[in-house]
Amino acid sequence: MSTRLTSNGWMINRNVAVEFTFNGKRLRGYEGDTLASALLANDQMLVGRSFKYHRPRGIVASGPEEPNALVNLGSGARLEPNQRTTTTELFDGLEAQSQNHWPSLEYDVGVLNNYASRFLPAGFYYKTFIHPRAAWKHVFEPIIRKSAGLGQAPKDRDADHYEQAYGYCDVLVAGGGVAGLQAALVAGRAGARVWLVEEATVWGGRARVDGDIIDGMAAQAWVDQTVTALMAMPNVTMRLRCQAAGVHDHGYVLLSERVADHTPGDGRPRQRLWRLRATRIITATGAIERPLSFPGNDIPGVMLAGAVRDFVGKWAVSPGDRTVIVTNNDDAYRTAIALHGAGLEVVAVVDARVSVNGDLPERVRALGIRVETGKGIAKVKGTKRVEGVEICVQAGEGKASSFVACDCVAMSGGWSPVVHLWSHCGGKLAWDEAGAFFRPDPDRPPLSHDGRAMVIAAGAANGALRAAATDADAAARIALDMLAMKPAKATAPMHDLPEEGAMAPVWVMPQGADIALRSKMWLDFQNDVKVSDVQLAAREGYESVEHTKRYTTLGMATDQGKLSNINGLAVLAESLNMAIPQVGTTTFRPPYTPVTLGALAGEARGEIFQPLRRTPMHAWHEKNGAYFEPVGYWRRPYCFPRAGETHDQAVHREVRNTRNAVGLLDASTLGKIIVKGPDAGRFLDMLYTGVMSTLPIGKCRYGLMCNEQGFLSDDGVVARIDEDTWLCHTTSGGADRIHGWMEDWLQCEWWDWQVFTANVTEQYAQVAVVGPNARKLLERLGGMDLSKETLPFMQWADGTLGGFAVRVYRISFSGELSYEIAVDAGQGAAFWQALIAAGVEFGAMPYGTEALHIMRAEKGFIMIGDETDGTVIPQDLGLDWAISKKKADFLGKRGQQRSFLANADRWKLVGFETLDGSVIQDGAYIVGQGVNANNQRNVQGRVTSTYFSPTLNRGIAMGLLRHGPQRMGEVVEFSKIEGGTVQARVVNPVFFDKDGEKQNV
Amino acid sequence: MLILECPYCGVKAEETELSPGGEAHLKRFGPDSSDADFEAYMFARKNPKGVHFERWRHAYGCGKWFLAARCTATLEVFGTYPAQSTEPPVEVIDKIKAKRPDWKGFK
Amino acid sequence: MSDPISALNGASFDGFATIREIGPIGMITLRAKAGTKGLDKAIMAATGCAVPALLRMETKDDRAAGWMSPDEVLLILPYAEVSQALDAIAQALKGQHHLAVNVSDARAVFRVEGAQADQVMRKISPVDFDTLALGELRRSRAAQVAAAFWRDEAGFTVVCFRSVAGYMMALLSQSAKAGSEL
Ligand SMILES: [Zn+2]
Repeated sequence: MSTRLTSNGWMINRNVAVEFTFNGKRLRGYEGDTLASALLANDQMLVGRSFKYHRPRGIVASGPEEPNALVNLGSGARLEPNQRTTTTELFDGLEAQSQNHWPSLEYDVGVLNNYASRFLPAGFYYKTFIHPRAAWKHVFEPIIRKSAGLGQAPKDRDADHYEQAYGYCDVLVAGGGVAGLQAALVAGRAGARVWLVEEATVWGGRARVDGDIIDGMAAQAWVDQTVTALMAMPNVTMRLRCQAAGVHDHGYVLLSERVADHTPGDGRPRQRLWRLRATRIITATGAIERPLSFPGNDIPGVMLAGAVRDFVGKWAVSPGDRTVIVTNNDDAYRTAIALHGAGLEVVAVVDARVSVNGDLPERVRALGIRVETGKGIAKVKGTKRVEGVEICVQAGEGKASSFVACDCVAMSGGWSPVVHLWSHCGGKLAWDEAGAFFRPDPDRPPLSHDGRAMVIAAGAANGALRAAATDADAAARIALDMLAMKPAKATAPMHDLPEEGAMAPVWVMPQGADIALRSKMWLDFQNDVKVSDVQLAAREGYESVEHTKRYTTLGMATDQGKLSNINGLAVLAESLNMAIPQVGTTTFRPPYTPVTLGALAGEARGEIFQPLRRTPMHAWHEKNGAYFEPVGYWRRPYCFPRAGETHDQAVHREVRNTRNAVGLLDASTLGKIIVKGPDAGRFLDMLYTGVMSTLPIGKCRYGLMCNEQGFLSDDGVVARIDEDTWLCHTTSGGADRIHGWMEDWLQCEWWDWQVFTANVTEQYAQVAVVGPNARKLLERLGGMDLSKETLPFMQWADGTLGGFAVRVYRISFSGELSYEIAVDAGQGAAFWQALIAAGVEFGAMPYGTEALHIMRAEKGFIMIGDETDGTVIPQDLGLDWAISKKKADFLGKRGQQRSFLANADRWKLVGFETLDGSVIQDGAYIVGQGVNANNQRNVQGRVTSTYFSPTLNRGIAMGLLRHGPQRMGEVVEFSKIEGGTVQARVVNPVFFDKDGEKQNV
Repeated sequence: MLILECPYCGVKAEETELSPGGEAHLKRFGPDSSDADFEAYMFARKNPKGVHFERWRHAYGCGKWFLAARCTATLEVFGTYPAQSTEPPVEVIDKIKAKRPDWKGFK
Repeated sequence: MSDPISALNGASFDGFATIREIGPIGMITLRAKAGTKGLDKAIMAATGCAVPALLRMETKDDRAAGWMSPDEVLLILPYAEVSQALDAIAQALKGQHHLAVNVSDARAVFRVEGAQADQVMRKISPVDFDTLALGELRRSRAAQVAAAFWRDEAGFTVVCFRSVAGYMMALLSQSAKAGSEL
């Protein structure tokens, strides 16, 4: 059984007990435990089920590479699925639930898949997707959907908050083992701005557990001394619990910091995403041990050898009382020494190599431990945990030569450098024959903005598995050289190393295993991909490693193949009779381990999900019950419903009141851009389709802007302020875009023209005072002459109203007598309230955007975004009068000359009145005769604006119709969503006050 | 995510502070131009894998448009220069030639 | 005329740094090419400051002049003196191509203060605050909106558009929340 030891355990504090639950069972651990070490200490060897066959799964590893021991962590608003127990710090009250089983972890019905495994071979999904379709839909999908999936998706709103922060440095060192510490030390001493990050909770990596000796010091002493030196450097930033998750272009690195994962609810952000810019990156991310592929290597109790000594050393947990070690290299003998030192029994070391005589094996032999050379494992006995192993000759076919009872198997297939950060941005790999691994090829690094290496690999991540700190010293010097910095005088640290014998690559154990045995050798523990699956894929013609990966799902689980990658490649290469480097690797994509969505969203949730824009009158609108609608990031009142009113009723009341008395509209969102200079008139003549240079001072003119293709892009009223100054109104939400458009032409095309622009949209609050009583209301405020004679339609004037300094534009978007009044934004709320107060006796009411829309539609005025969609030219809308015939050039003129735009057959704007008075549905098409090539009904037009007009008490609409203006009086048919059509008569789009008498009084 | 140095204010701006504006050094064709010229101006883009000239605006910064020469494959930046340039400056051309001997040239 | 009000009427928040909305403050956008005759006089008349160098903020008491772009200067002065300053600018730049407009009401201004004020800024802007000099004016974004800011001994002044003042206040407050120190 697995249990807590009395010796070792430098990670745990035995004085602080911690209570937690696993599947509802109350268990105890210590402060400093990971969830994995605490589970093992409680003899919880079975921790989950595999994805496809629901086979029992135990803890395999001790770090982020763990494929099996994933849990649903927390509950309710703090539930997160697929959390690795090996990197989850234990805390009091932690709740964990195992995943992927039903009804329980111990008795899982889905395990039937295991017995049906010959029906679920590699490519199962591909094959059933393709043929037969009905079988997929009715047979496979319902079953598989029920049994597939790992963790539970959380249903509640996340109770935690997250944040992001930006960092900058000369050198980022990713990984705080001895290599990372040494690299940071060299860079720090040279004066570079250094960030050193480590995903674990302590510095030093594997050095202590592996018993390294550096510069004659025990590893921990060296680590302590180096950390102390680094902490004293103000130019070095050090962060634990912080993983360099992804390397992106130009030295952009995402760091995932687990701030309060282990202290939930303490008020701190749960996680923080650092968006770091590093001029150079040193990846000192170590190496990951590879499993060996022998039959039954997935049974709980089979673990990586390095992980076994981690648990024994760091957390004082023995995974088993009797351990068999199986290896192809000398490193695994360190596990034998560690177990023996902790008083545990090592039954045998099974070594696939024939000749074994390095220092470490000799020390193991000297301890009296049995070493079997040239041997492998033919079978692991047990289901939910290891009961023993059959030993065989590695070179044979798997005939057992002996049986050994044990409850733990520690395996080592050698180590692979963690090359992820090197590879994320395109760094290439070289195959290392001696170590049988891919390592960074220094001649083909990922490149940065200057065309030079962005990432430098150091230590084990560079393939220097033995003398990591020495290698890292050199890596840091390379980085400093690229930064044009000088390293301080110091000698590189020296490792005191045992002589090691060569490792022997072993990809299948035993070498001559038949299909039955190969079907029990797991490559990908989480996704249930076996040696036989990869071989099947190769036989079926999947020669590309990327295809094989997708066909078999090898490496596609949440661990992204950290353990299975190289073993799978090697098996594929062998099956294809190719060398491993010829087969190549799959792509390493960020992040290294999953980053939670909350951290990626950062602060952007709730109130600050989006930057809402508010006008100066927003608070009044809120207080007075406005129903808001989004217009870009602005929030504008749609209507102001009164008690008992529906939104429709409110809108209709607002329209009628404005037409009959007076309405007030908050028009502050309207864009306002000042254009000034000796060439401003000429510039505006290029920008607008009409002529603005001739506009007299004091007057206003409606204008259209098109893009270079000729399509209508914005409209608004332009006012001439003085000799060389114009003020251009844009649509709400169009201000920034149009200001940018102006600057683009001024900076990039006509840079010799003397024109300056300024976007003054937010300097002003603007109120439209609209309706027959508008003048009376303003005269009540008093201060300036607003008579028809002094301020006629389409003119503006500066003055005061009720003591407010104002600019008044006599323009109308409703057909009524209308004044648009601008005041400084800081006066906006007060001015609005003054209008409301003075308006009481004239029946003034505020109105919203929907009333505005209805009133402009009643007048046949177009709205950018309704009548236009990026494919409509002004001529389509009957706006030829606003296009100058005289000007030689304006933006869009050439585009409009293209044959399909200058075409009499285009759909053109007309009005529509349904015969039955109903409202045409939004987006309805006007059906035509016959069908098109796709057997769809031909269409001859579509609706663009459609409303119930409270003024006319019937439905009105505008739309685009082929040859529209020539078809007045004709009846056409509009489609309906529910089927059928509605008949409507083609009419003039001006429905109300056709001669424009009301606005001109 | 790219970093480009704005030639106007010298700020090394990251991509989120910039807005992209497509291919640089296009010649505008207005009324009276041929269909072929107008098509080239509106629609024909080089879209190379390799050396490319682009328009960028320091939108969250000084607001100025500038031009950048960079490699679309390796993201190496050869230089940035003001938008008021009808062709790339000599020093940028020289740098590209030195680093990409096979480069066919700007036109 | 009623008293002008700032966007948030002086809202504040106390976290590990202090956030205060301040103002109203007088602001003028002055656009003119560098070297325009009379530009130095115009800036001096409005703010008492010299023409700011690239990315610099010139400060004199409660007035300042900041480099916004090669042809734009931000002038800061008491709110009540803006129209007077605009007259002085027009006088100094008479006959020269320029544009000067009052943008006092278009902006919201915040102070971020305290020993760890920089940490608030590090969370919201892609700017290297280790190297941002005293009196350096930087325009960038604060999370999702445009912002300009500069540092002095006591902290930072942050300027954004008025319509997003509420967003900025909530963003700064969230970023200054006690317990979230970097
Ligand atoms: Zn710039």
